Amino acid sequence: MTLKAIMLGAVAGITAMAATGATADTSDKRIALSNNYAGNSWRQAMLESWQKNGDAAVAEGLVAAADAFTTSENQATEQAAQIQNMILQGYDAIVINAASPTAINGAVKAACDAGITVVSFDGIVQEPCAWRIAVDFQQMGREQVKYLAERYPDGGNLLEIRGLAGVFVDDEISAGIHDEVKNSNFEIVGSVHGDWAQDVAQKAVAGILPSLPEIVGVVTQGGDGYGAAQAIGATDRSMPTIVMGNRQDELQWWADEKAANGYETTSLSIAPGVSTLAFWVAQQILDGNDVPKDLTVPFLTITQDELEESLKTTPKGSVANVEYTLEQAKNVISSAQ
Amino acid sequence: MTGDRLRLALPVLSLAVLLGAVFYLQPRAMSYFGLNLLFNLAIPVALATIAQMMIIMVNDIDLSIGTFVSFCACVTATFVHDTPLIGYAILAAAILAYAGLGALIQFRGLPAIVVTLGMSFVWGGLAVLILPSPGGASPEWLKTLMSYKTPLVPIAVVAPLVIALVVHLLIKRSWVGVILQGVGGNDRAMERAGWSLVKLRASAYGLAGLFGVLAGMCLVGLTTAADANIALRYTLLSIAGVILGGGEFVGGRISPFGAVIGALTLTLAASFLSFLRLSPDWQIGAQGAILILVLAVRLLFVRKEAAA
Repeated sequence: MTLKAIMLGAVAGITAMAATGATADTSDKRIALSNNYAGNSWRQAMLESWQKNGDAAVAEGLVAAADAFTTSENQATEQAAQIQNMILQGYDAIVINAASPTAINGAVKAACDAGITVVSFDGIVQEPCAWRIAVDFQQMGREQVKYLAERYPDGGNLLEIRGLAGVFVDDEISAGIHDEVKNSNFEIVGSVHGDWAQDVAQKAVAGILPSLPEIVGVVTQGGDGYGAAQAIGATDRSMPTIVMGNRQDELQWWADEKAANGYETTSLSIAPGVSTLAFWVAQQILDGNDVPKDLTVPFLTITQDELEESLKTTPKGSVANVEYTLEQAKNVISSAQ
Repeated sequence: MTGDRLRLALPVLSLAVLLGAVFYLQPRAMSYFGLNLLFNLAIPVALATIAQMMIIMVNDIDLSIGTFVSFCACVTATFVHDTPLIGYAILAAAILAYAGLGALIQFRGLPAIVVTLGMSFVWGGLAVLILPSPGGASPEWLKTLMSYKTPLVPIAVVAPLVIALVVHLLIKRSWVGVILQGVGGNDRAMERAGWSLVKLRASAYGLAGLFGVLAGMCLVGLTTAADANIALRYTLLSIAGVILGGGEFVGGRISPFGAVIGALTLTLAASFLSFLRLSPDWQIGAQGAILILVLAVRLLFVRKEAAA
């Protein structure tokens, strides 16, 4: 065999490896989820999605492990210790839903320095060495007003239900709504705090309704649409278009109304399955792919036609969910590039 | 063995047992790098525990140490970083405020548990005012100090030992410490001997404030940024650490080495449970169980000591 032939053979071998590399390179890699809180339906669904998706990936041999850890208390110092433990346990990637955007920076940096890939999502971290999969809450507000503007091109009065006062998410969604309203013919005639809870929203809306003129739409933040519908349904007002937030009770009410009188609206929120997106992003980075440091979580929007389908797959008391496949995650990555 | 030594034997033993278990579960921890990761977050806990120990030494209890450390962390990450002079002035004022509280508690005969509970809201509120959303940055020298690579043994092991030694010399070997312990032992006797209890209690609280400030600064050096809720858990951890380390709620019986070891043990217990892959629902309970176990064993020790 001549030297040339050997070289050619080597080149062919390398090319063949590169072609199959996308699935083989991460088979011995271990990914851990560091989660700071598990006390509500969204987080429970998020952990379930991670487990299901991770187990499948392990079974397929895509990764060696996909373990989930939740801190016993929702505290940054606990999570920092947890992350340091993960470094010791020798994980190749750590996916984080963080208790604080800054207070675990030191532990995240230590992980990066140890050569570990760190991906944060939902509760993101500021440490520059980590990847961030963030939620664009302002956009969530804008989308609602955009939908209503399509339905009511002539505009009208809107009622705004806000979340928990003083929380960053509430400010962001509300800012998005108000920003987009400026570009439309709508006017926000009332604003109440529903604390993202149906019972609080119902009381708050019932309280403000008598002082309001005719309203065409209600913009919400999720978890408050059903309460608003109950409050308005108890009066002799005609039902405005209430934007829903993917909760099962909201979807159920919408489906009932749709069957009874063809009620039309839309529903959007962040799917808890975003944990699986973070998983695949970590896997792709480990695989050696070029992934931008900042990604945005796509919204899960449920339209009039998809309603029955979504309702069927959403358990009572839970949130509509979607889990990402490797292909979908690749699409999210490539659309950010 | 003297009483003090015997008291220290149990915390040392429990730490050794836990450490052995962690090394067994995770051999990687048995290295310079591993020990540092296991223990570096215990440094601020150890300092907070010493602060709590100063208060317990004079028969009081401090329910505000967690929020106070959070407040100090916020000041360190903002003022000390941006305008050091103002920053240190605020921290010094905070120590004076702590001393003032001690004086107030003694002067008006107030229950410390109520005053410090009230102050926890004050410190928490101030922390939110200074840093409404998580952020800030650690002063460069602090970051360098906390990530300093000491030869042979990592700083995470050296620092707690140094802290314990310094406090030991201050409390157990100097006249100041003896008098302060006397306040916890029998404050009437101290008063009759001509000491001003107001001044003494203020000194003990001032020392607690000083170590609280140090805890906050160390914490920022480790995390590199702050959050108004960063150290809320320290209140209970510090009390548990003091008691675990052989201290008692009354009588001025405290042990600096014990307190630091108690803090390390508590930190290690959490890592141990995490390495065991115990479900988070059970972890807090298990942590409590470890605590009760150690205290139960201590009770046996103390009974023997009393019988002897």
